[in-house]
Amino acid sequence: MKHYVKLVRPYLIWSVLMIVIPLILIVIYSVTTGGNTLVNIQFTLSNFKKFAEPIYLQVFMKSLQIGVITVLFCFLFGYILAYKICKFSERAQSFMILLVTIPMWINTLLRTYAWMSILSDNGIVNTILTKLGLDPMTFMYTDFAVIVGMVSDFLPFMVIPIYTSLSKIDHSLIEAAHDLGANNVQTFFKVTFKLSLPGVVNGIMMTFLLSVSTFVIPKLLGGGQYMLIGNLIETQFISVGNWNFGSAISMILAVVILIAITIMRRMDPDDAEED
Amino acid sequence: MHNKIIELKHLTKNFGEQQVLKGIDLNIYENEFLTLLGPSGCGKTTTLRIIAGFEEPSGGEVLFNGVDISKVPAYKREVNTVFQKYALFPFLNVYDNVAFGLKIKKKSKSFIDEKVKKTLKLVGLEGFDKRNVTLLSGGQQQRVAIARALVNEPKVLLLDEPLGALDAKLRKEMQSELKKIQKEVGITFIFVTHDQEEALSMSDTVVVMNEGIIQQIGSPVDIYNEPENRFVAGFIGESNIIPDAVMKRDLLVSFDGFDFDCVDKGFKENEEVEVVLRPEDIDIVDVENSKIKGKVKSIIFKGVHYEIVVETQYRDYLIHTTDYFETGLHVGLSFGPEDIHVMYKM
Amino acid sequence: MRKKHGHRKLGAGLYIALCFLFLYLPILVTMIFSFNSSKSLTKFEGFSLMWYERLFSDSEIMEAVYVSLSVALLATLISTILGTITAIGLSKSRKLLKEVIVNINNVPIMNPDIVTAIGLMILFSSMKIEKGYLTMLLAHIAFCTPYVITSVYPKVRSLDPSIANAAMDLGATPFQALTKVILPMIKEGIFAGVLLAFTMSFDDFVISYFVTGNGVKNISIIVYNMTKRTNPTINALSTIVIVVIMVTLVIVNVVPAINKKKNKKKMALELENMNHI
Repeated sequence: MKHYVKLVRPYLIWSVLMIVIPLILIVIYSVTTGGNTLVNIQFTLSNFKKFAEPIYLQVFMKSLQIGVITVLFCFLFGYILAYKICKFSERAQSFMILLVTIPMWINTLLRTYAWMSILSDNGIVNTILTKLGLDPMTFMYTDFAVIVGMVSDFLPFMVIPIYTSLSKIDHSLIEAAHDLGANNVQTFFKVTFKLSLPGVVNGIMMTFLLSVSTFVIPKLLGGGQYMLIGNLIETQFISVGNWNFGSAISMILAVVILIAITIMRRMDPDDAEED
Repeated sequence: MHNKIIELKHLTKNFGEQQVLKGIDLNIYENEFLTLLGPSGCGKTTTLRIIAGFEEPSGGEVLFNGVDISKVPAYKREVNTVFQKYALFPFLNVYDNVAFGLKIKKKSKSFIDEKVKKTLKLVGLEGFDKRNVTLLSGGQQQRVAIARALVNEPKVLLLDEPLGALDAKLRKEMQSELKKIQKEVGITFIFVTHDQEEALSMSDTVVVMNEGIIQQIGSPVDIYNEPENRFVAGFIGESNIIPDAVMKRDLLVSFDGFDFDCVDKGFKENEEVEVVLRPEDIDIVDVENSKIKGKVKSIIFKGVHYEIVVETQYRDYLIHTTDYFETGLHVGLSFGPEDIHVMYKM
Repeated sequence: MRKKHGHRKLGAGLYIALCFLFLYLPILVTMIFSFNSSKSLTKFEGFSLMWYERLFSDSEIMEAVYVSLSVALLATLISTILGTITAIGLSKSRKLLKEVIVNINNVPIMNPDIVTAIGLMILFSSMKIEKGYLTMLLAHIAFCTPYVITSVYPKVRSLDPSIANAAMDLGATPFQALTKVILPMIKEGIFAGVLLAFTMSFDDFVISYFVTGNGVKNISIIVYNMTKRTNPTINALSTIVIVVIMVTLVIVNVVPAINKKKNKKKMALELENMNHI
């Protein structure tokens, strides 16, 4: 069946041009100076050294912190949600999973914009608080607002893979655990949770990737001064115009995510076997 | 018999380092039911795929009516294939599957309709036109696959282990059905199988292959009774193979310390040969009346016959008989000159 | 025992409802306030379609809708064709080439959007391609095609390897085998790819934001620029986008389910018929 082998050629060329070369360009930019043209470039590591300055390191640490907190909340709420959904009839399950899926397809920007009006000083939450006789609170432009926006936005990416793993579990394994004397709690931790690990790993990878790299949510809900790695890259490319430094930050971001993925893959029993 | 329709001339095929066909020479005749028989990996399917045009040979020629077709693409060849797992098009119903080839050839609607109906009748699927092929039983899918190939009126039909997926009873049914269809349409069938019983019961000619080499070509009776070497003898049914016999002269062979009359000749004097004795050709007789003596080691009832192993001084013999013998009984073994099959040593 | 079970189910239902409220609150708020008769985003002061009227008379927004739609349609068309033929070729390729392409293909899927975006931005500027509609379209094809390949490739791989041979054996040329046999058999994968590509492209903000220029804006970029001040026109626009995507998703999810049911019925009928023969 050699007839169809040639069909990959257009994409081979296309993907080298549109995927591989851009990556190489980012690497080149990150280790050079000489501005945004490649005419008089000079090798340097100063872009990376610059990142070690306290202000940038702080941004980096803050991104990791917000990312980890978001992942934790997504995991906590998402696991319970997926687990509870599994208790329903098959029809109800597929309906609820469709409901979880729909927001994934709707632009982050639109949903985040809506959170702005919900959380603003005279927004819906504060209106309700006032009606209940409580003092209004400031939500906007805080870590809280950013995390709420991220969790709401990324929760489906945690629920779907966990649900997929959970729904695949052979019920006789649960029965076998009970039969061997494990109570509900023991069965959950020793059997169910272990079997759902591939989904957990996938969900954590997805939500971590999304939350450390976003710049829309922190910009809209955290305000103009709120800086995470994504915002830093955006400013370097759009307002400051230092593409070399921007590329270096992007590389660091890509490497951090790569490391996180590698660590998570190790924890996934299915993947570990393949090594 | 008839005219040659396909000639394979010193066909070789390499997959990377591995040579799966090591020089196949074979003539296939019109109206012949020919079976390529051998264990998996022997090259039988590769040979078939080369004839169909799915593989190009690494060397040698494929002649079709005297013309080399080894570079002709599959879709221009006058052969059609019944695939191992049928390869029916799941999104088409029975009728449209069968009509596929004729539609590609842009035949008229009435022509197609008539041909398809006729062919479906031939394979016993009248009235199945609108059925979903994925919901048919294995045997029915098989019939659709045969109809889909035959409707194009190929000169040669290639069948790649087509009965492999069926259960034993259905297999038997389809064997006689296939033979009947072949007689009716009067074209050449090339059939690939690893099942020796299937090969012997259906074919005009059996080609036994192993490790990319043809071991023997012959009628089922020849192959069974006169295996040319130890591989063929071993592959075609259970056998007693005596690897250390010596051909004293024409019509006289010696093994187990005795000389035996036989019907084979043309060997050198005192040439080392191998001898095959079919289990059903050996009789168990009184100890006094025989050259080879031993005692019954085991006896198993096999439904129609008993399978007995007799332990002798030189080796164990496997015997099929309808009589019962007590384990441990001392017996003699007897066979006639025509039961001894002498083969060249491998 | 039974009572306890009932409580537990109620608890589960309540938890699920709260989660859905959390997921859908922003969507609901957007939709409700798009019909508000005042500029307030907190008090609903009466039903009105004024924001929709403003939306349709705003030429900048309409221009962005046109850009979003046309880029999404073109990118979907091109990436579906490119992705499908690649997936088919991939299944027949040598192992090394296959691994190389699959790995390259995973890069845009696993990389953060922002990294893909700046990579393309640098590429276009170093190739001296003027940023605008064309660069946006090229970028969209670049990030949509990998998703098409990942949805079509498994379908191609699960095909019986003899199926294309069977078609050619019956006289179909390789091209006919492709269009008459392979494509019908992988159409579900292609359809999923189309849907994915279209929504990814239509929804995209990050990549478009970095690779566009010369005033070419899609819906997301307009929304991003407008967030500085409250503007319920955005709600009206969002509502339309949300409704379009929801309806599409529901159709895509519900229609196959209905078809399946129909098929099941048909299958049962056929089985019954078969027993009569």
